Amino acid sequence: METVWFGIVAFMLVCYVVLDGFDIGAGIVHYIVGRNANERAATISAVGPVWDGNEVWLLATGGTLYFAFPALYASGFSGFYLPLIMVLWLLIMRAAGIELRHQLNDPLWTSFWDFVFSLASILLAIFFGAALGNVVRGVPLDATGYFFEPLFTDWSTTGATGILDWFTVLSGVVAFVALGVHGANYLALKTEGEMNTRSRKVVSLGWFALVLVTIASLGAVLYVRPQILDNYYYLPVGWLIPAGVVASLVAIKFFNTTGNDKGAFLSSSVYLAMMLGGAVYGLYPNVLPALDPAYSLTVHNAKAGAYGLSVGLIWWPIGIIIALGYFTFLFRTFKGKVAVEEHH
Amino acid sequence: MESNTLDRIQFAFTVTYHYLFPMLTMGLAPMIVIFKTLAIRKNDERWNEIARFWGKIFGITFLFGVVTGIPMEFQFGTNWAVFSKYAGGVIGQTLAMEGTFAFFLESAFIGLFLFGEKRLGQKLHWLAAFLLFIGTWLSGWFIIATNAWMQHPVGYEVAADGSVQLTSFWALVLNHWAIYQYMHNMGGAVVVGAFAVSALGAFYILSKRKVEYGQMFMKVGVVVGCIASIWMLFPSGDRQGKMIAEHQPVTLAAMEGLFDTKDGAPLVLIGQPDMEKQRLDNAIHIPNMLSFITYQRWDAKVKGLNEFPKEDHPTNVPLLYYSFHIMVGLGTMFIAIMSIAAFWLWRGWLFSANWLLWILMLSFPLPFVANTVGWAVAELGRQPWLVYGLFRTEHGHSPLVSGGNVLFTLLGFAGMYTILSLLYVFLMLRRIDQGADELGAEIQAEAN
Ligand code: HDD
Ligand code: HEM
Ligand code: HEM
Repeated sequence: METVWFGIVAFMLVCYVVLDGFDIGAGIVHYIVGRNANERAATISAVGPVWDGNEVWLLATGGTLYFAFPALYASGFSGFYLPLIMVLWLLIMRAAGIELRHQLNDPLWTSFWDFVFSLASILLAIFFGAALGNVVRGVPLDATGYFFEPLFTDWSTTGATGILDWFTVLSGVVAFVALGVHGANYLALKTEGEMNTRSRKVVSLGWFALVLVTIASLGAVLYVRPQILDNYYYLPVGWLIPAGVVASLVAIKFFNTTGNDKGAFLSSSVYLAMMLGGAVYGLYPNVLPALDPAYSLTVHNAKAGAYGLSVGLIWWPIGIIIALGYFTFLFRTFKGKVAVEEHH
Repeated sequence: MESNTLDRIQFAFTVTYHYLFPMLTMGLAPMIVIFKTLAIRKNDERWNEIARFWGKIFGITFLFGVVTGIPMEFQFGTNWAVFSKYAGGVIGQTLAMEGTFAFFLESAFIGLFLFGEKRLGQKLHWLAAFLLFIGTWLSGWFIIATNAWMQHPVGYEVAADGSVQLTSFWALVLNHWAIYQYMHNMGGAVVVGAFAVSALGAFYILSKRKVEYGQMFMKVGVVVGCIASIWMLFPSGDRQGKMIAEHQPVTLAAMEGLFDTKDGAPLVLIGQPDMEKQRLDNAIHIPNMLSFITYQRWDAKVKGLNEFPKEDHPTNVPLLYYSFHIMVGLGTMFIAIMSIAAFWLWRGWLFSANWLLWILMLSFPLPFVANTVGWAVAELGRQPWLVYGLFRTEHGHSPLVSGGNVLFTLLGFAGMYTILSLLYVFLMLRRIDQGADELGAEIQAEAN
């Protein structure tokens, strides 16, 4: 049953990254795609009605993690204390950027919130990437089941590690580029005219960077955590995941050149899902590997009681099906392109 | 300072700040449903304008509730790791359900309610308002159920590794503590909403801007406010008191400032607890009243603090005592103000009674105070326990997060929230000012 919950949490995390990923990505390319205040307003309108719902996937993932693997929630969240609190501050800033910008029609006000929105999105992408990097690399858990990492130490991946080292920074860069491309795909889908052209251009240039950092990160993962391949040898269907990564990369390029924005957006969604899925597949049954494998948290030693988990299997599907219903309705109500308005 | 103390300060500060916003949204949500219903029933476009106006205030407040709520969910893990590991098998249940059932609902329908009026049409727009109301109130339910379990743990067993695990789902979600706490707490939110609506109505009437709309605000605000204020004392506040008397008698003694056990204990109205001398200075009290309201007998025995071992006393008795007396004092005032206002409204005197309008206009902050001190009563009263009778607060914090790190984040939150407060006040004042121009100006909501 804990394996089912592992799958559920992973699924929710993927939903979060794919959905909020395009909001964050829109923030990353905010200044490149939107060249003036009116165009930037259009970007904000494109994410305005949906970002909150997307962010709820993060909360729901967090809640489900707490529910299913309390020990992981406890040691992971306290161990990543500083970066997580900073993520919270960034989430507050980003939300303010999106929602407060249109409250006042004043150039100083709007340009300030544009900046806040974009800066917070860029840093969020890097922090999230680095966090995932930490999980893949492993953290200094000890016999008590807790750890605490400072923000950085000597930038090496062994010994007294920090949140940031060369590997996790690389993961941050991968997230930055990947979400940037994803966000540009979303904006291409939601805008017309020049903004659409510019978004596509960002995708086509970003694509090369994306291929580059994907290869680099793959090499780095194999260097830092060679054990990640164990599950792939044990259950070879897993190789479909890296194949999916390659296929989605090709598809992004293909749809981008043929001008199919929807296809490109779906492909970058698949890319994100596959990249995350690949890491998750390799990690199982670990949920938080320790630098010393004896102390790793796994689905078995971090799980909640059996009764609680089985009750969850009843309400969770009901809740998610209802939620998917609302979101389909929401996205359909607001489907279509946003217009660049001239009244600012 | 020790990290445990700082963790407590940070949690108390961030949650108290967070709750300032939900108490308004949870209070406004049903009022907006009332406005939309009146609009459709009476086929009167003015009620729709009012619903839109309050919808915008709701929207800004909701945003602040969201951004300050997210840190709450994280802090269980970041600051209270040992507690989370200990209790996650039970309270993870309600917290995960809150995300799955309430937050998704709210976040989907807030967008539809605020931006979708044209696309949805009136009937569906009413439904969006209604579901938004359900969403905020469900959110309240799950969080109260979580808190109620910490006040009065039920439906659990202690597992081999010392953690608690759920044994009965229904015991957890239908905890009788949660039911009474919810009734009282949601009533408190409605009081906030009703005072806000009446206060703004009074302001529009007194400043002679949009007098007609001000009167419409007041009609709904005063009626709802009167019912909700009475509800706070009876039955809901009364039930809360009895529950405390039954399950947390030491807390009751501290709330009332009762140091020594007494037959026929008095109800204290005013007085200052002196912890050194273990007595209440300058006390004004009603003899035998406390015994009567808790046990319905004038001479019933009420246990005093000294009856209980010192290590089980709430850690901050004076603050708990004052918080409780401020809440009850304000509650009594609300009943008085709203009953007079309702009577004046019924007789048709209200809109020309300037003194009463001034009182209503100026009293809108008081329900925020009452709710905040109410939570202080609940949380300080629970001390020294994190989970009542099972797990002490001093054992709950994250072991490896140092005081220096917590102080850093506490200062960061303080700075961030100061800026948020300024922004909120600024945006509200603008809305209130602009609202007066928009109402009745035939401006359709910029429904995309
Ligand atoms: C408008 C706000 C408001 C008003 C007027 C009152 N309360 Fe209250 N009270 C709350 C808002 C509140 C609250 C914020 O909603 C609390 C905090 C936790 C909870 O469940 O409700 C609370 C808690 C609370 C508790 C503590 C429960 C616990 O420890 O869990 C008691 C005993 C009372 N209330 C009793 C009363 C009485 C006898 C009142 C008489 C008028 C009263 N309250 C008015
Ligand atoms: C589900 C809801 C809540 C939960 C689970 C919860 C839990 C906690 C926890 C873990 C602490 C820190 C440990 C402690 O000092 O007791 C705490 C303290 C506190 N909380 Fe709550 N809380 C909740 C709601 C609230 C709300 C809404 C408020 C106020 C508006 C509030 C006010 C406080 C205060 C004032 C303290 C400090 C008490 C002290 O440290 O002595 N709580 N609560
Ligand atoms: C420790 C306690 C608390 C936690 C962990 C918490 C968590 C959260 C989170 C994560 C959100 C954002 C949801 C979104 O994105 O839509 C939120 C908003 C909200 N919370 Fe809290 N909360 C706490 C205390 C409370 C209490 C005591 C209440 C009411 C009884 C409450 C009622 C709400 C409501 C109604 C919202 C919706 C937003 C709003 O109306 O402002 N919360 N909370």
